[in-house]
Amino acid sequence: MSILDGIRLALRQIWAQKLKSFFGLIGVLIGSMFLITVVSVVEGMNRYMEEDFARTIYGLNTITLRRMPSVSFENDPDLWRSWQSRPRLRHEDAEAIDDRLSIPALIAVESSNGSTLQNAEGLKVGNVWISAVTPNFFRIRNYDVARGRLFGPAESRVGARVIVLGHETAEKLFGSRDPIGRTVRVGGREPFRVIGVLEKQGNLFGFSLDNRAVAPARSAMSRFVNPPGVVDEILIRTDDSKLLDEAALQVEAVMRTRHGLRPSEPNDFVIQTAEDSMSFWTRIRTILLIAFPFLVGIALVVGGMVIMNIMLVSVTERTREIGVRLAIGARKRDILMQVLVESATLSGLGAMLGIVVGILLAKVVEAVSPLPATLAPVWIVVAAGVGIGVGVIAGLYPASRAASLDPVVALRAE
Amino acid sequence: MSEIIRTEGLRKEYELGAETVRALRGVDLVIERNEYVAIMGPSGSGKSTLMNLIGCLDTPTSGEYWLNGQPVAKRTDDELARIRNREIGFVFQTFNLLPRATSLHNVELPLIYAGLPTKERRGRAVAMLGKVGLGDRMDHSPAQLSGGQRQRVAIARALINHPAILLADEPTGNLDSTTSEDIMRLFDALHRDGQTIIVVTHEPDIARHARREITLRDGVISADVRSERASATAPAGAATG
Repeated sequence: MSILDGIRLALRQIWAQKLKSFFGLIGVLIGSMFLITVVSVVEGMNRYMEEDFARTIYGLNTITLRRMPSVSFENDPDLWRSWQSRPRLRHEDAEAIDDRLSIPALIAVESSNGSTLQNAEGLKVGNVWISAVTPNFFRIRNYDVARGRLFGPAESRVGARVIVLGHETAEKLFGSRDPIGRTVRVGGREPFRVIGVLEKQGNLFGFSLDNRAVAPARSAMSRFVNPPGVVDEILIRTDDSKLLDEAALQVEAVMRTRHGLRPSEPNDFVIQTAEDSMSFWTRIRTILLIAFPFLVGIALVVGGMVIMNIMLVSVTERTREIGVRLAIGARKRDILMQVLVESATLSGLGAMLGIVVGILLAKVVEAVSPLPATLAPVWIVVAAGVGIGVGVIAGLYPASRAASLDPVVALRAE
Repeated sequence: MSEIIRTEGLRKEYELGAETVRALRGVDLVIERNEYVAIMGPSGSGKSTLMNLIGCLDTPTSGEYWLNGQPVAKRTDDELARIRNREIGFVFQTFNLLPRATSLHNVELPLIYAGLPTKERRGRAVAMLGKVGLGDRMDHSPAQLSGGQRQRVAIARALINHPAILLADEPTGNLDSTTSEDIMRLFDALHRDGQTIIVVTHEPDIARHARREITLRDGVISADVRSERASATAPAGAATG
């Protein structure tokens, strides 16, 4: 008897006992549903962290050089004090790195602060995230304008009073009017001419990325962010992610020389990459990925036991049928296969339903939360495989019982 | 005529608690091709045991058994399954059809185990159902059929692989007398077409259809009578009515 005949036979049997079959496969259904949902959400969070969070904060393939960490869970006041006494980063540091780096890279400086913007009519918008940057900043961060233009090297060099607004800021200041060419005053004082509006960025943990304004680093904007010549951070982006570590080493060497550090002295600056920011998330993910197979495992073990019981009952009920099959020429292995295929088909069906429900559940999570539900197709294969595997294992004992029946005894059964 | 069945000193013993039951105590039997044999005897005489051995459902404790010229007393389970599939066609008192399967599926079942492709199975099952007069009941399940029709499906299933012997165990035990007579007339017709038939029964009316009556008592053959009168009581014609 071929596998296909076996599956057809199994489906007929499953369909004939719809209710019993449903209870049989519900355990595996829950197990695989759980697997698919959790994997979707974890993968979704992972993508969110890698693509949105990490890229927004640190940028892809980007090294961030700072005086002190941008995010820190340290609360030792002495440590904070020592960070405060470190030398500030300056435009000259960025230029030195640009000179000495042997790896092709984009380099930019960025300094940020919060401030208030005001339009010509006196309308004020507060809590705007203002940044003074060099033009490569836009390329490193993959920012582009929705309208107007970005500023270039010439405007950057002379510190032109031009400004690019975030989507939300532009809307708050000018409503439906075209903001290009209009004037905004930063901090209520310095006038800048709006030359562009950035593409919509969305938000990160509820914090809007569109309420911002970006102007050249050497323009009057710098007064609102830092003392003259000082920058918050220097960004270095390599085209090739494999060269990132090498670039980080070179940046470190340049900065140690510039700060005159002896080999025994620690760095008085920090070099951050997107991977660093991922370490916290990676820890959470590891915990999830250890905990969830355990939960899925419990569901599948329970599901397997239910299937084993159902198959045992089914085999006992069909002792006579098995006797008939043996009498008309079924071999032991045909009976074994029939029960195994039936068991595997039952749990495979459960796994399939579980996958469908799991995907729907992940879509619901996606709809009600900012997490994108991502599911690599391999997980569907894994869930189906695990489901069928559970069926085969659960079917082994009932199948061997069925196959070892004596045809004479089986034919006499009621 | 060639030998289909030959047994020599066939014995079967089995343990029942502390007791050893000697169900068969040395049966020597020769059945030729196209014989029509009734095996009779009271309950406990060993006729069921003999049927199980002839049908290769069981193996003897000792003795020899040749089926179609091949020794089959000491075969493996798989070989016995193959012999049951190819050489033996079982007909049971309780029909033993798969309850949820159609007539067609029941009849093609032995061909599934023989490994035939779907198309060929279908064709042969359809033809065989036609032959037993159920061409219009292909898609009926056993519950939708009368007792006589069920037994006809079972007979079609038994014959589908052209077995050397048709082995019927009380084939009319669950049927009324009119239907029984129908089934026996079908057996008569099959016999006329050359089928070797062995019927195990305790009803003399049924045994009368056979051309030879073997009586078992206490695990041995006590009588073996060949008769010509059987043909007189079962006239030819209208066998598949």
